[in-house]
Amino acid sequence: MSSVTAVVPQTVVAWLSGLAEDVAAQADHLTQLDAAIGDGDHGINMNRGMSAVVATLGEQDDDVAPGRLLIVAGKTLVSTVGGASGPLWGSFFRGAGRALGDAPELEGPELAEALAAGVKAVQDLGAAVPGDKTMVDALLPAVEALREALAGGASLADAARSAADAAAEGARGTVPLQARKGRASYLGERSVGHEDPGAASTVLVMTALARAVG
Amino acid sequence: MRKLLNDPADLVKESLAGLAAAHGDLVRYDAAQQILVRADAPRAGKVALISGGGSGHEPLHGGFIGHGMLDAACPGEVFTSPVPEQMLAATKAVDGGAGVVHIVKNYTGDVMNFKMAAEDAADEGIAVESVLIDDDVAVQDSLYTAGRRGVGATVLAEKIAGAAAERGDDVAAVAGVARRVDERARSFGIALSSCTPPAAGKPIFDLPEGEMEVGIGIHGEPGRRRAPLGTLDEIAGLLVEAVTTDLKLESGTQVLPFVNGMGGTPQIELYALYGEVDRLLRAAGLEPVRRLVGSYITSLEMAGASLTLLALDDDLTALWDAPVHTPALRWGA
Repeated sequence: MSSVTAVVPQTVVAWLSGLAEDVAAQADHLTQLDAAIGDGDHGINMNRGMSAVVATLGEQDDDVAPGRLLIVAGKTLVSTVGGASGPLWGSFFRGAGRALGDAPELEGPELAEALAAGVKAVQDLGAAVPGDKTMVDALLPAVEALREALAGGASLADAARSAADAAAEGARGTVPLQARKGRASYLGERSVGHEDPGAASTVLVMTALARAVG
Repeated sequence: MRKLLNDPADLVKESLAGLAAAHGDLVRYDAAQQILVRADAPRAGKVALISGGGSGHEPLHGGFIGHGMLDAACPGEVFTSPVPEQMLAATKAVDGGAGVVHIVKNYTGDVMNFKMAAEDAADEGIAVESVLIDDDVAVQDSLYTAGRRGVGATVLAEKIAGAAAERGDDVAAVAGVARRVDERARSFGIALSSCTPPAAGKPIFDLPEGEMEVGIGIHGEPGRRRAPLGTLDEIAGLLVEAVTTDLKLESGTQVLPFVNGMGGTPQIELYALYGEVDRLLRAAGLEPVRRLVGSYITSLEMAGASLTLLALDDDLTALWDAPVHTPALRWGA
């Protein structure tokens, strides 16, 4: 195994380009989830945004700090995705990037704190709390799992896998919930029984991270 | 899916370019920013009115650019909010020094993106007032939801606030008029079929023969519930009851009923619906003194209709009557 112990610019590039591949492969699935309780374009929109992120990252110098790369990715998502996903995922990556600042290299716990700052940015903007049937139901437990695993002495690779598992469990947990935020909330009780598309895309984000550091 | 298409990803841009080609005297298209701007913008000293949201609701919003209505529109991808960069570019393009009003429909994406754009505009020294439209009684407003959707009242607010801006009201007054329209208007809609978003390529939901979706929004999504398909008279009764129950108007109130087609319902049905709505409103003691009938805020080719009821006052009536000249709405000019 070539597990990484520190996050460097190439780690961020590997994470986001891996995510772009997963989003492209899962675009139809995300769109189907969205069609059940929204308007059926979550996969299309995320795919458009992540393709733009990959193109933007390709224009960056090799020594741009991880935090800067995340800020660039976040801004690109805000300016290309639209809808609610653009500002929310844009705020996540931008919030995480700002927390990292210009450090050229960072350890697992610093990454975990930065992702927690990203979650806070998402909640500040969208005002969603656990149980609202949103991306927060997958994102919050994932980042908590990452922090706890690292605090318990786990390697970054193992901690990131725990985070991906927690995201998947959180996404499955959205199925029985009634949506209280976003467009799905307009369906009332009819939103029950469907997985939240934002929680599903959160699983892709955390799985791609686990792969990039694994 | 049978649509007039090249690549679905190009449809919005091709449509905007076509609208500008058809109405070059009123509208110009900035392809780089994906915004539509009034041909004579910016107008020095006039408050500018901007709206925007997902595409697929035509003629909303680009069709309402011109004298007495909008100064710019920011069309996003189909059913997807535009991005802050578009809104900021539109705000800068039409600001004549008197401030800019953003008309925002209450959908999470629209609200977030317009909020970011308003903050960016403030950083550049432009005074922006945001008005949130939330008139759909199908959605219960509570602390635990995103609130009511913004639907048909958007068209009425854009017309009336646009007239206020044209007569020289300041930015606070123009925003105030738009908010008054929203407070005094309620909407409710039903769908008889799903639409097919071009990029998705298939209908959002299946509606069996003999059923309808009740309490729909404008994004082709299912409504609050499904019910047996009613007759025209029954549907008119459902719509009138939904909006009048929520508005609780005194007998004798002058009203403007707006019967709106969702894109796939022909004018013959909309006028038949209007006739029954007019009769029911009068029977309820209300006085329809102005009206609008047609497909003005749509969901692609979805069949169905919505009713918006606006309680008028003398100022709102005068502003409604003021001249308007846009691609989709024109009178007195």
